[in-house]
Amino acid sequence: MAYEFELKKISEPPQPGFSRRDLLKRLGVMVGMAAFPPVLLQTRTRAQTAAGEAFVSLTAPEAETLRAIVARLIPADENGPGALEARADRYIDRALSGALKSQRPAYTLGLAALNAYAQSSKRVPFAKLSLVDQDAVLTDVQQNRATGFTGNSGQFFNLVRTHTIQGTFSDPFYGGNANFIGWDLIGYPGARVVVTADLQRMNVKPAASRKSAYDYGMFSKGEL
Amino acid sequence: MATTLKKTNVVIVGAGAAGGVAALPLAQAGFDVIALEAGGWVNTRDMAPDELRYIRGWPAKLQKVNDEIPTHRPNASSPNTPRLTDHPMMNGVGGTSIHYWGQSWRLNPWDFKVVSETTRRYGASRIPSGSTVEDWPFGYDELEPYYDSVEREIGISGKAGNIKGTMDQRGNIFEGPRGRDYPMPPLRSTGFTEKMSAAARTLGWHPFPGPAAVTSQSYQGRPACVYHGYCAGGGCHVRSKSSTAVSTIPKAQATGRFKVVTEARVTTIAVDKNGRASGVNYLKDGQEYYQPADVVLLATYTYENVRTLLLSKSPAYPNGLSNNHSQVGKHYFSHNQTARVTALFPFNINTWYGTPSQGVAVDNWADDNFDHSKLDFIGGGNMWVYHERRPIAAASMSTWGRAPEWGSTWKAFIKENADRQNTAYIQKTTLPYEDNYLDLDPTVKDRLGFPVIRITAEYKDNERKLAAFMQTQMEEWYRAADAIDIQKGDIGDMTVSTHAYGGTRMGDNPETNVVDRWGFSHEVHNLGILGASVMGTSGARNPTLTVQALAWRTAEHLVKSWKTIAQNAG
Repeated sequence: MAYEFELKKISEPPQPGFSRRDLLKRLGVMVGMAAFPPVLLQTRTRAQTAAGEAFVSLTAPEAETLRAIVARLIPADENGPGALEARADRYIDRALSGALKSQRPAYTLGLAALNAYAQSSKRVPFAKLSLVDQDAVLTDVQQNRATGFTGNSGQFFNLVRTHTIQGTFSDPFYGGNANFIGWDLIGYPGARVVVTADLQRMNVKPAASRKSAYDYGMFSKGEL
Repeated sequence: MATTLKKTNVVIVGAGAAGGVAALPLAQAGFDVIALEAGGWVNTRDMAPDELRYIRGWPAKLQKVNDEIPTHRPNASSPNTPRLTDHPMMNGVGGTSIHYWGQSWRLNPWDFKVVSETTRRYGASRIPSGSTVEDWPFGYDELEPYYDSVEREIGISGKAGNIKGTMDQRGNIFEGPRGRDYPMPPLRSTGFTEKMSAAARTLGWHPFPGPAAVTSQSYQGRPACVYHGYCAGGGCHVRSKSSTAVSTIPKAQATGRFKVVTEARVTTIAVDKNGRASGVNYLKDGQEYYQPADVVLLATYTYENVRTLLLSKSPAYPNGLSNNHSQVGKHYFSHNQTARVTALFPFNINTWYGTPSQGVAVDNWADDNFDHSKLDFIGGGNMWVYHERRPIAAASMSTWGRAPEWGSTWKAFIKENADRQNTAYIQKTTLPYEDNYLDLDPTVKDRLGFPVIRITAEYKDNERKLAAFMQTQMEEWYRAADAIDIQKGDIGDMTVSTHAYGGTRMGDNPETNVVDRWGFSHEVHNLGILGASVMGTSGARNPTLTVQALAWRTAEHLVKSWKTIAQNAG
């Protein structure tokens, strides 16, 4: 038999202690988000709840800064919930103890540098700044104008942007894209194991599958 | 101290797209064949439709290839370009046919006769200066029956455009004459590929579905493609992709004559006192083994074929095996497949699902299918518009200068445009040149201490002019399909590629070629070499089917000439 299962055993990912479904229930995330302003209301409640859960690899001050950054990169607004609601911060936090372990030092240095830059330029830690000032600081970081970074600040910006996008648009298995917030935003119809011809027509908008690849029970799981 | 194993008839280094094909005719003819494969068997349960898994490098992670990624410099006086962190090819039974796109083209007849046909039509002065291109030692007609065999044994879907000179507009009317149609109809069309086909027709072009190593219907016990995506860079969980792991390799195993040794890391090919190949040295689980054989077939990827020869030094071959004419590593080129074109549409195109070998091609501007009299280059390109758009990639799209890269305005932009962008794949004629070559890197080594390959190569004028010409054609096609904006990519560096050719070129003249017209070394008569490393021209299309046809032909020649090749100690 050709397609045998001889590859090294893939270790099961560490158990998070609760299923994604429980998590969503706990967070009170609802299918089909309402428009602005109820979104912002929900957002604040959820953010507070989420902040109460322990982070796996980030320290509390680091997590506070990261959460403020991802909330500005992909904000909750009239187009629906954003990266924080998708739990991109949690995705990054978990991955920094797993698949993205090698990036942990870059976050340690980068988050500290970003906060120091906010302190020196605006006299307040990043998370405590007004949204306008947060955006101004992030623009400086993106455009290599922020000082105090190892390498240039734009590298750190791109690292966090890449991981925020991953945490918002990846399979929910990895802890982000909660309630398919990212996939719904761009209209990605979700993981499927069979796609009919009708789902590939141009005049059709395929209905969302609302499934993770791993909901099908056919696949071994990767590293978180 | 190496353990010497029992001698076998044929040892194949690499059970991939090429070695996995060659095993079949040999085993069927009754020869005992052992393949040494650096990777393991892959598991269909690992083929999840999960984009992040592939972004993070599965299955190439922790693979032998990642330990030997070649270095690259544009020319002998320039510094190295940044080294890749992941090798684009993979180890595993089936090799890169596990995670390739599966586009399975035959070369065009012109590709075999670039020098003579260019000279005949435009004059010898049109061969670019510095190019070492030669005609192949045979033409398309010689390879046609082998293309036919592998299309059936592997399982290819497609539509013929030329059966024995009878043209069919539903297929590629520019292809060489075929004996018969593909064994399966083409993969299905989609809303977007039909729109692009209609646009091509308004330009007077001839769109057609491309050939795919994917089952369009159930075939030889394997089910039809389910079009769910995640084919590129991953494998197929229902075995619809016709990798050698699900086609020729199990058939060869069924003969009882073919054995695959996995996790076997081949280091060198050994020679006897007469300068003939005597076997292969490899490492497995930290132990050294020596596998003696009557015939050795080297069937790794282009870079590793060249490296294995250069590392296999002996008194008879002081500069590396089969390299007494200093041709190993020469005539190297990688396919001119960059300089892509991306379109933005004012409507959703719904390309989320499907597979990259599900698409529409235009060959009007490929090879020598158009008049080059008033042009300043030779050759052409195959234009390919295809499916699948994954969510992280979609969200990471260019903002086309229409939005910043983050924040609410960005979010509104991707919400509207994530399903409105498409990038075409344009493969173009690429030629070998005197100063593009492979050798061993003087400083960079793998974990065992062996030097890695160093690529010295850059695109020349012909490749650059052709790339710009093809981008113009592609823009015209997209505009005809109502695209509102176009981006043209840079040609980039000629660095590590999934389409790497040459280094052990095939030809009758041993002064300029490593292997003869049958794929056997001019110097080491019982050493055969399989893979695109034997190809002297690229054509404008993926190399794999040609590699597989050549592998079948070399194996069949070995069967027919066993006594001369295996037992003649001369």
